[in-house]
Amino acid sequence: MDRIYLDNNATTIVDPLVKDAMDPFFCRMYGNPNSLHDFGTEVHPYMRIAMDRLYAGIGAADEDDIIINGCACEGNNTVLKGVWFDWIRTGKKKAIITTSVEHPCVKNTCEFLQSQGAEIIYLPVNRDGIVTPEILKEHLDAGRTALVSIMWANNETGLVFPIAELASLCKENGVFFHTDAVQAIGKLPVDVASVPVDFLTFSAHKFHGPKGIGGLFIRKGVNLTPLFHGGEQMGGKRSGTINVPYLIGMGLAMELAVSHLDFEQTQVRRLRDRLEDAILRIPDSEIIGRRELRTPNTILAGFKGVEGEAMIWDLNHYGIAASTGSACASESLEPNPTFVAMGLDKELVHTAVRLSLSRFTTDAEIDRAAAVIVKSVERLRSISFTSDR
Amino acid sequence: MGKNELIGGTLWEQYSRKVAARMNAPVHRGEITEEEARVKNAKLIVVDWGAESCGDAVRLYWAVDPKTNRILDAKFKSFGCGTAIASSDIMAEMCIGRTVDEAVKITNIDVERSLRDEADIPAIPPQKMHCSVMAYDVIRKAAAHYKGVDMSSFEEEEIVCQCARVTLGTIKEVIRLNDLKTVEEITQYTKAGAFCKSCIRPGGHEKRPYYLEDILKETRDEMEKEMFRSRIGNLDFASMSIVQKLKRIEAVLDQTIRPHLRADGGNMDVVDIQETDDALTVYIRYFGACLGCASSSQGTLYAIENELKKQLDPKIRVVPVS
Repeated sequence: MDRIYLDNNATTIVDPLVKDAMDPFFCRMYGNPNSLHDFGTEVHPYMRIAMDRLYAGIGAADEDDIIINGCACEGNNTVLKGVWFDWIRTGKKKAIITTSVEHPCVKNTCEFLQSQGAEIIYLPVNRDGIVTPEILKEHLDAGRTALVSIMWANNETGLVFPIAELASLCKENGVFFHTDAVQAIGKLPVDVASVPVDFLTFSAHKFHGPKGIGGLFIRKGVNLTPLFHGGEQMGGKRSGTINVPYLIGMGLAMELAVSHLDFEQTQVRRLRDRLEDAILRIPDSEIIGRRELRTPNTILAGFKGVEGEAMIWDLNHYGIAASTGSACASESLEPNPTFVAMGLDKELVHTAVRLSLSRFTTDAEIDRAAAVIVKSVERLRSISFTSDR
Repeated sequence: MGKNELIGGTLWEQYSRKVAARMNAPVHRGEITEEEARVKNAKLIVVDWGAESCGDAVRLYWAVDPKTNRILDAKFKSFGCGTAIASSDIMAEMCIGRTVDEAVKITNIDVERSLRDEADIPAIPPQKMHCSVMAYDVIRKAAAHYKGVDMSSFEEEEIVCQCARVTLGTIKEVIRLNDLKTVEEITQYTKAGAFCKSCIRPGGHEKRPYYLEDILKETRDEMEKEMFRSRIGNLDFASMSIVQKLKRIEAVLDQTIRPHLRADGGNMDVVDIQETDDALTVYIRYFGACLGCASSSQGTLYAIENELKKQLDPKIRVVPVS
């Protein structure tokens, strides 16, 4: 049985082209780029190409920084803790504004900083699940706010936030703006030349690059105390020997992601919509978030009477990989905070199943997935009793 | 932490093969109709427990022989995760053939144990233990329904941790006996709070009537008060501090010795007390008529020493100094 991977918001397959591009840097050109000899020197031209691709991919200017690091979690920590260290701990500003639907790597870091004395404001979302400039305006205080951190697109729902407007509002007020763009790269145009963000983070494994490498964009003129001290790699802004093969891979993955944006917006969207339509034909099913407000690859669906973890279990049984925000599947048994913030019905929260596609998803896979979903919902509803009330 | 915890296990690899099998093909899923019960000359019981909005809900069907109170057949339906479905299935199976009174004794721990592949390896990961509690609750509800009584009549004691079925009495007892000071210690001793963690403090997965943090604080407060009372209440002279011992000695002297000395125009002071392993020496000084009185180094001295020995501690020696 061929497995079907519909959990691309969790991680993605490494594009075989990316894997091939990385290959020479393991056993042949394996030098430390800091070394003076040829082993070290010979990798530099390739690293420069990778950096060019990353800069081009998000529209960064040569004077801006894209700091290569371990992942978006590290990038987000660097921004939040750096701002706390430079601006809040010093007493110049007081608060960080974020949202109630951020990824744990932002949310938990904010909670830590709150324990260190920072004031953290969690913005609510509107009925569509979106943070609007109006909501931000109510809480933005140029004198107090050190940073606003809002994700570009939500990992659970795929809902896209109006980052251009939110960032512009912050710029007008002289407040730093950070966006976690992990779920946006390769799905939407991300252009820091036209969107005035100060910080932007991304992770290669979400766009068909390898795990364990990411990037942090910092706009020219913005200084931030680094998270890692040590050697002078990345101009002293992120110490630690650069993971050369992964940087090469991330560079190509970024170029491919950007060059496939049209494909993502047309073909991936077409497949997503087809799967979504099939789901909506199942009685008592629901899709969370309006289609036009979401990234083109994401579906968050609920099936009345079908608990999320049980559904994922059944799908897995038939070789289909998906994910659930059901409390039952989490270590803590806590309801998913994103769903709580969106004000979803409690019944729906326990049934939510996320299906996320990629440019590698095929028509045949979508057809089979749709058939399996229908079958699994039928089986689980035959065990369940709440749906027949 | 350590090697295994750092990367962590996945949820499903911690399910036993029996849980997986029951999840994939529950044997007792379904309903019992009025007609089916009637054919068996049985009384049909149908009860629901839990709610879809809580993430877990189960409906239990029993066909009970009204003459023997024996459960002839049991079936279930469940909205819930794999653990909820598997534990409901085995719960229904365990009911069949038992009397209602026997069935009430089935706990979620019995359910979990019968889902194990190997006797000493849990069938489900700790945080999923919560999902098996429902199986216990729904049986009690069905039994109450059958007998026409209130559900609480089956509960002998207050359960604090449902997942591990630990009672309020047990928790208070281990805190006292082992002088426990943290919730983590309570969990180590009793397993209470080790599973879904709802009973540790408010704000967990579900609301509980008792929380470990509160029980710990209340019990520690009680212990503190008792210890204080015992210190000042002359209950245990030997374990008092030297300052408290001196106070107790002075009190005995004031009550039983000094009135007699004063009546004869004399008096005494405690100058010092010294404690060694086998003796508590009280150094005294006489005043007034006592000075130069022959009895002060014989009869009076013995009387003082005997009174202190009797009332406080046989180790006491009294030595006059000039």
